[in-house]
Amino acid sequence: MALPDLAVTNLIFPETPHAVDLLCRKGRILAVLPHAPGAVYEAARTLDGRGLTLLPGLTDAHAHLREPGQEWKEDIASGLAAAAAGGFSNVMCMANTSPVNDTASITEHMTKRAAETWPHGPRLFPIGALTKGLLGQELAPMAELRQAGCVAFSNDGRPVADAELFRHAMEYASDLGLRVIDHCEEPSMAPGAGMNEGRVSSRLGLPGQPDVAEAIQVARDILLADYLRIPIHLAHISCRRSVEIIERAKARGVPVTAETCPHYLHFTEAEVEGYNTLAKVSPPLRTRDDVLALIQALRQGVIDILATDHAPHAAHEKETPFGEAPCGITGLETALSLSFVLTDKGMLDAADIVRLFSTAPARLFNLPHNTFAPGDPADFVLFDPREAWTVTPESLFSKGKNTPCLGRTLTGRVVALFIAGQPVFTRGEYAPAAMAAASRRTHGRNS
Amino acid sequence: MSWPHKDLLDVSQLSRDDVAVVMKTAASFREINSRPVKKVPTLKGRSVILFFAEPSTRTKTSFDMAGKRLSADTFALTKSGSSLVKGESLKDTVLTLLAMNPDAIVIRHGESGAAAFVAERVSCAVINAGDGRHAHPTQALLDAFTLLEKWGTLTDKTVCILGDIAHSRVARSNVILLSMLGATVRLCGPRTLLPPSVDGWGVEVHSDLKKAVAGAHAVMCLRLQLERQQAGLLPDLREYAGRFCLSSAALTGADPDVRVLHPGPINRGIEISSELADAGQSLILDQVASGVAVRMALLHLFITRKDRGDKE
Repeated sequence: MALPDLAVTNLIFPETPHAVDLLCRKGRILAVLPHAPGAVYEAARTLDGRGLTLLPGLTDAHAHLREPGQEWKEDIASGLAAAAAGGFSNVMCMANTSPVNDTASITEHMTKRAAETWPHGPRLFPIGALTKGLLGQELAPMAELRQAGCVAFSNDGRPVADAELFRHAMEYASDLGLRVIDHCEEPSMAPGAGMNEGRVSSRLGLPGQPDVAEAIQVARDILLADYLRIPIHLAHISCRRSVEIIERAKARGVPVTAETCPHYLHFTEAEVEGYNTLAKVSPPLRTRDDVLALIQALRQGVIDILATDHAPHAAHEKETPFGEAPCGITGLETALSLSFVLTDKGMLDAADIVRLFSTAPARLFNLPHNTFAPGDPADFVLFDPREAWTVTPESLFSKGKNTPCLGRTLTGRVVALFIAGQPVFTRGEYAPAAMAAASRRTHGRNS
Repeated sequence: MSWPHKDLLDVSQLSRDDVAVVMKTAASFREINSRPVKKVPTLKGRSVILFFAEPSTRTKTSFDMAGKRLSADTFALTKSGSSLVKGESLKDTVLTLLAMNPDAIVIRHGESGAAAFVAERVSCAVINAGDGRHAHPTQALLDAFTLLEKWGTLTDKTVCILGDIAHSRVARSNVILLSMLGATVRLCGPRTLLPPSVDGWGVEVHSDLKKAVAGAHAVMCLRLQLERQQAGLLPDLREYAGRFCLSSAALTGADPDVRVLHPGPINRGIEISSELADAGQSLILDQVASGVAVRMALLHLFITRKDRGDKE
């Protein structure tokens, strides 16, 4: 075996019952070995993993980074900082920028900004617009967008009402070998309400959107995917009704995949009480019954992946009466902590989280990823499952502080993210200055 | 009489004792309103901002008159005359108003929750004069006052609220208050104008007018916003009136002494027949008079609570 140039020892590894040592060479995985106390890896930079959990770098298939055009909410530099702090080595960003990502020059601008600001990653993979200007009238130039680097197409945020146009968009995208991601929300039913239709909306006097608004479009998309035999990916599924339709479709072999987001697994419509605009999101937070259906769907593979739908807004934009606030919750920096809360409750296990937030989304969109097989990119997260931290505006790298987690204490935090063997994000004792100091103490060298 | 509230956001925050205090205070002011000189110095030197970000004539006038009869200085700010049309956020408008150091802000706003939004950001009293579809507590209190003046009690009385319940803050607040005071509340309207999850409201729901008013002691008509037809909730006003217009004929199955209320402004021939609106059993003009007395009581209770050292 070639000699490692990086070793992280004594790590908890979800796939094995015992602790491991991770060995990397030239940015790739060399081996994951059972932990050997006192082992010395010659010539390798060696880090003490001290019982941290080793996870592969995550892939977020659904984020809004706002650049170009709405840099006061987020930009690519701050969005990727948030991604790095959350453990994401790959980020797919949605097309609803201003101007919309419907031409190669916008896609190229995005990837150039990412390379300039985060040259070692997180890697940015833009999602191209499905229709020009997201207007739902004409197809976007998908071949040109693919050439420029887009990895999927979506009209996210502006669902396409026209079934005939949507069919053609699926057909055209399938020629290019790329998947359409659909934001399922029948646009005539309370668009932008950001609140579930039900007892809470009724009492608060807020217009609500019923779950059937989502399920109607889920059903349409599945019928089209079945008829055309073209794959479709359904974004941010929020309710039991949709889960049941997807489950039946998968049982019949329809090429459909689906995602949901950590906030739909933790919060219900009750979060809106007091007109809490931080809980205003599209699709809206639903009921306890929906939460249970989504978790079960994740365990059973009915829902294939988790994604954040990270949707940053400026503080003043959310400090309004509920009806005037924009929809959106930020998620990159809380995703892993919220997911691990479910492991504490026994609802998911760590291997589920690896599958849902890393392997499955990366495979679905053909992105580089780490399965810890020799030769895989050394993209990995060191996660402290015991660290308790309180979510405050100051604790977040994203410009968007709009999360209902604000003020709550979460358990479990990303301590470091390595991409291709490079530490792109570190915290606490793994921060470069602290590591240099530790290195001086250990080896008595000058730096 | 101690008053434990900084703001009035909805009737749901009030206890039965609180409501009794409002009613008793309003009754004493009602007497002042019948005097030749209708002014007392209670709130002399106090200022009340009437911030109406949505069109209103009667509620604004009623608060204005209530304030002036208590010798408060009232300042009206309407949306068309405010910086809100210049794109100023509600937060900034409110902070500006607060810097003027008013004793109370009366707010009408088109967004549900707007009164709570303001109340969280100011130290003075905030009185909700209607926020979106959510609540209209002063209307509910004046409706209860009007009925209590006639009946003395609401126990064992049946009140039917008729019309566009889904979009009505008047209905929401009245359901809560009338139920609290012991009345049986029925709602009546087409399914398209009933709120979703109305089954959780603890009231009877009808879509047949005859059944809804059978044995009722009062019927409260709501104003039908004419844009409901464009929104696809109604075929047209003629058909609506055919099913739901309250008339003497429609009231044949009701209690013989049935009373009729309407928060105004009324659409004659659509939600209420012209003859019934003018008939002896109509309390519509009593509601207007009650409105001034109830709002005097509320301004008095909220503005003078600090003087009395009432605790929250």
